[in-house]
Amino acid sequence: MELAEAIILSVLAASTPLLIAATGELVTERSGVLNLGVEGMMIVGAACGFGGAWLSGSIIVGAVCGIVAGTLLSLIFAMMTLGLAVNQVASGLALTILGIGLSGLIGAGFVGERITPAAHLHIPGLTDIPLVGRILFGEDAFVYLSLALVVGVWWFLYKTRAGLILRACGDNHTSAHALGYPVLRIRMYAVMFGGACAGLAGAYLPLAYTPFFIPGMTAGRGWIALALTVFASWRPGRLVIGAYLFGAVTILQLHAQGAGIGIPSQFMSSLPYLATVIVLVALSRARTGGSTAPAALGTVFVPDR
Amino acid sequence: MLDSTPGPRSDEAPLLQTVGLTKRYGTFLANEAIDIDIWPRQIHALLGENGAGKSTLVKAIYGLIQPSEGEMRWLGEKMVLSGPSEARSRGIGMVFQHFSLFDNLTVAENVALGLDGKESFKDMSARLQEVSNVYGLPLDPKREVWQLSVGERQRIEIVRALMQNPKFLILDEPTAVLTPQEADQLFVVLERLKAEGRAILYISHKLEEVKRLCDTATILRGGKKVSTCNPKFETAASLARMMVGADIKEVRASAGRQVGIPRLVVNDLNLEPDDAHGVRLEHISLELRGGEILGIAGVAGNGQDELFAALSGERPSRDPGTVVIDGIAAGHLSITRRRKLGAAFVPEERLGHGTAPRMRLSENALLTGHAASGMVQHGFVNTAAMLLTVDRATETFDVRKAKRDPEAASLSGGNLQKFIVGREILRNPAVLVVSQPTWGVDAGAAAVIRQALLDLAANGAAVLVTSQDLDELAEITDRIAVMFHGHLSEPMPTADASREKLGLLMGGSSLEPKEATHAVRA
Amino acid sequence: MQFVLEKRTERSNTIALVSPLIAIGLTIVTMSILFAILGKNPVAALGVYFIDPLTDSYSLQEIAVKATPLVMIAVGLSLCYLANAWNIGAEGQFLIGAVAGSWIAVKTQGTDAGYWVLPAMLAAGAAAGALYALIPAICKTRFGASEILTSLMLVYVADLFLDYLVRGPWRDPAGFNFPTTAEFDPVATVPVLIAGGRLHLGAIIALIVVAAASVLLGRTIKGFEIRVVGAAPRAARFGGFNSDQLILLTFAISGALAGLAGIIEVAGPVGHLQPGISPGYGFTAIIVAFLGRLNPIGILIAGLFLALTFIGGEQAQIAMKIPLDVTKVFQGLLLFYVLACDSLILYRFRLIFASRQVSRGTG
Repeated sequence: MELAEAIILSVLAASTPLLIAATGELVTERSGVLNLGVEGMMIVGAACGFGGAWLSGSIIVGAVCGIVAGTLLSLIFAMMTLGLAVNQVASGLALTILGIGLSGLIGAGFVGERITPAAHLHIPGLTDIPLVGRILFGEDAFVYLSLALVVGVWWFLYKTRAGLILRACGDNHTSAHALGYPVLRIRMYAVMFGGACAGLAGAYLPLAYTPFFIPGMTAGRGWIALALTVFASWRPGRLVIGAYLFGAVTILQLHAQGAGIGIPSQFMSSLPYLATVIVLVALSRARTGGSTAPAALGTVFVPDR
Repeated sequence: MLDSTPGPRSDEAPLLQTVGLTKRYGTFLANEAIDIDIWPRQIHALLGENGAGKSTLVKAIYGLIQPSEGEMRWLGEKMVLSGPSEARSRGIGMVFQHFSLFDNLTVAENVALGLDGKESFKDMSARLQEVSNVYGLPLDPKREVWQLSVGERQRIEIVRALMQNPKFLILDEPTAVLTPQEADQLFVVLERLKAEGRAILYISHKLEEVKRLCDTATILRGGKKVSTCNPKFETAASLARMMVGADIKEVRASAGRQVGIPRLVVNDLNLEPDDAHGVRLEHISLELRGGEILGIAGVAGNGQDELFAALSGERPSRDPGTVVIDGIAAGHLSITRRRKLGAAFVPEERLGHGTAPRMRLSENALLTGHAASGMVQHGFVNTAAMLLTVDRATETFDVRKAKRDPEAASLSGGNLQKFIVGREILRNPAVLVVSQPTWGVDAGAAAVIRQALLDLAANGAAVLVTSQDLDELAEITDRIAVMFHGHLSEPMPTADASREKLGLLMGGSSLEPKEATHAVRA
Repeated sequence: MQFVLEKRTERSNTIALVSPLIAIGLTIVTMSILFAILGKNPVAALGVYFIDPLTDSYSLQEIAVKATPLVMIAVGLSLCYLANAWNIGAEGQFLIGAVAGSWIAVKTQGTDAGYWVLPAMLAAGAAAGALYALIPAICKTRFGASEILTSLMLVYVADLFLDYLVRGPWRDPAGFNFPTTAEFDPVATVPVLIAGGRLHLGAIIALIVVAAASVLLGRTIKGFEIRVVGAAPRAARFGGFNSDQLILLTFAISGALAGLAGIIEVAGPVGHLQPGISPGYGFTAIIVAFLGRLNPIGILIAGLFLALTFIGGEQAQIAMKIPLDVTKVFQGLLLFYVLACDSLILYRFRLIFASRQVSRGTG
């Protein structure tokens, strides 16, 4: 049981960055914008998050630095795709390439340093309940935050007027424009929210997951987060399932490697990536008929004035 | 200029005036110094050809674009609109021609998006029911828009506009997508709105409709106002002359057309829709002989696009016998193979379907010509042959363009359509399938295109024309069939096809005197 | 004041030609600022980056050596991007090509196998790259799975697979436990063009690839099909062109070229298989493809330019202690600027000075 508890705890930790980044991207995509730069924003968020925390000694400052960095990068993307009507796929790739370079530059000074990772909740009594205590009441703040974020996004999208308008922009920008909604500005906010989430997700890695920064430490998590939005059919609730499933694959292969089951570690390490491919294929195949993707996803909109 | 507009009461001021309203795009004047007065309790027609500037004018009135010069006055005071929401808050409502709806949202959500959101969603839904009941425009608030017919979609637009209790309602070509009977129902609603004291701006190019419904008409041509008149005192011909600026050459069928052997035969064609929003084709059969033009009428979205895809081979079927071209079973063949059999196709959408917009005309000649015009030898393209097609189409069909080989998107709608029709006709097809040949095309180009179709049939080709424009079908076809919910009615001679008969078929009623059967849309 | 885009009626050919130059200019300005922030003299740094490598023959050869894989991969990618198929996994196809070719080199090591070894390696590299690229292409055409994500995921898989091979079955027993195969035999090595130099046969192959792609795109119906399917998919279907087939074809070609580049790199400049044989060629080639305007000749020039930044970056690290990551930042910025300037080809920028400033309500 000790092992099961440890595994569940590490699954939650491994899933959290995926969940945060995917939730942000879900909002971006629901507004009709495909930002493929999640990986780039995450890695810069990781570098800035660690830098902020190391320099200030505060996890919160680190998290804020990550959020700000992700948002700033997403603004560049917004300027390109919304302001200049540039192809979103190409711009997203550019953002990732730029982000990887920037993170190396920013993080160079911090490689090899360590910080005290984010504290875990401890409520005497509750946290000490056997089996479920630590899982439910002993996580770091980011885990709870990520779940709150999903609930908040669900409430926003389906229960508020602003959320309805955002979904409308993602369904048909021409109609939204004709009704007088500032499509580009709404999309810019959605892109910025996605950037903030990606930055936070990146910052989570050195602030809570491993207490140090190494270049390239996101290791494709941004891309997996993108795949998760597809997995979730652009619905927040399903994101939670998807993220925890992927977290589980990541952790189980690590445990399998540790247990020495005789399969080369590289094969086990490639499991999360292969799982992504398989899930994408299986889901796309299962979805016959109408697609559930926002109808305007990835298309350029230039209002005529 | 005539000024015989019937009695706005002297105590009333115009609700809305545009004074010298001008809209410039670069050097192009879309609207030039337009003065219009809109009075309450009147239906005011805005008449003009495509490209005359009607849409630009109403976009300015609705706050979607800013005029370059001139001003608008609302109840006598200068009005500057920051956007549609301000227009709505002043009491201006709009029903768009290309609906501003969201396919994957519910009716209620669509309506909510058109309102200012000051009431709760629940209150809004209740009011939606109320308004739709009062005006006899039934709607199910919980359904998603993609499940609805075109007529129902228009109802959403109208109810949405009415829920703002507008003083002034703009309708852009509202009957273009309706059956004649549905249009009649709409007119009843409009008369009622007028009686309630509202002003209505009614954009159309259908003259009979305007004469019947409207109290005043303003005619635009080339971005300028030609005249304001009372349409009831005008004839359709005089209105048309103002609209077009000249008499249009009459389209004439050459006498003594010979109807020959069957060239296009469709046998019990069934086709599943390729996406959730599509229509299923069921048991479509027809026979079309050389020298004959068959028209297919119907409200948009009843399977015409699917029929075009099946006939052209964009979506081949498994069974070769479903489509027979010149005696050869072709149902399983690709579009290229069908072209090699002598078939040619003109789709409805000019940009993006009939042509690649950002490619040159020569490349767009190659798009369909590669099959059988000597433009390709051993896999290599012959640029000279491509340019020759462009030149011949230009010459034969009077395509006007800035240079020899421009991008397709730079041509006006009419000139591009002439090029597309020309590109196909120059190949001397045995069978031509054409969708909406003159949709959104100016009257001059429309006449050229219709004449070309008649001439092609006179030379022995079989021509199938799908159109929503009943006047067009009446003008050029020999027989007409109607498409409804993926079914095709038995064709009838055009001479026997009254508007009433066609309208009933377009609305899904059978001509026998029994209860209309409304099939459920998938 | 408002900033708006206005659609041009025709694409501007002048801007199509000068836009990459504007982009390079803007990137250099931005980099100067970055150098200043890093506390380096911008003029000196730019000199080391862009001028010094052009002044000695070793560096010039090295530029051509680095440009070879970039150009080969980018030409393949440009075909995909023209067809609106987003292969971003060229890095993985490059690695798999290197692995497949190396398999022959490893198996024939120390035998008296003849001159067929190198051609067989090249063929195996190209074939493996093509097959590896066909995985995301088939996932796309058969199941509708996003080729962007699947092709990228396979990069990580290829990287781990290569890592496994050189740490496991193919490790050189005499290699002091370093993760590498033994040095390839001479028959398994790409010959150099100038004795004692670095320039190798791969450069010639890259030029042939450029020429072939130019003919394909400009003169053949297949090239036309590729361009139409990307520019106007519905029109392409109306033209009778099968977009699924073209996705498979362009992915296969680009995978083959990436795989070929991979084995040439291993059998040429590197000489053995080891992790880290690519400093991100597969990703940099994306930039090369766009900087070259998806045109083979343009890609040749762009490839040489980006190779220059690799060499310049290495020299700047040695001479001025400028971090290597600056090169990646430079490349990322360049891609952004290229894309932004490309917008000028289709749109005109216009500043509108409105007489009044009204806040647009959100309704």
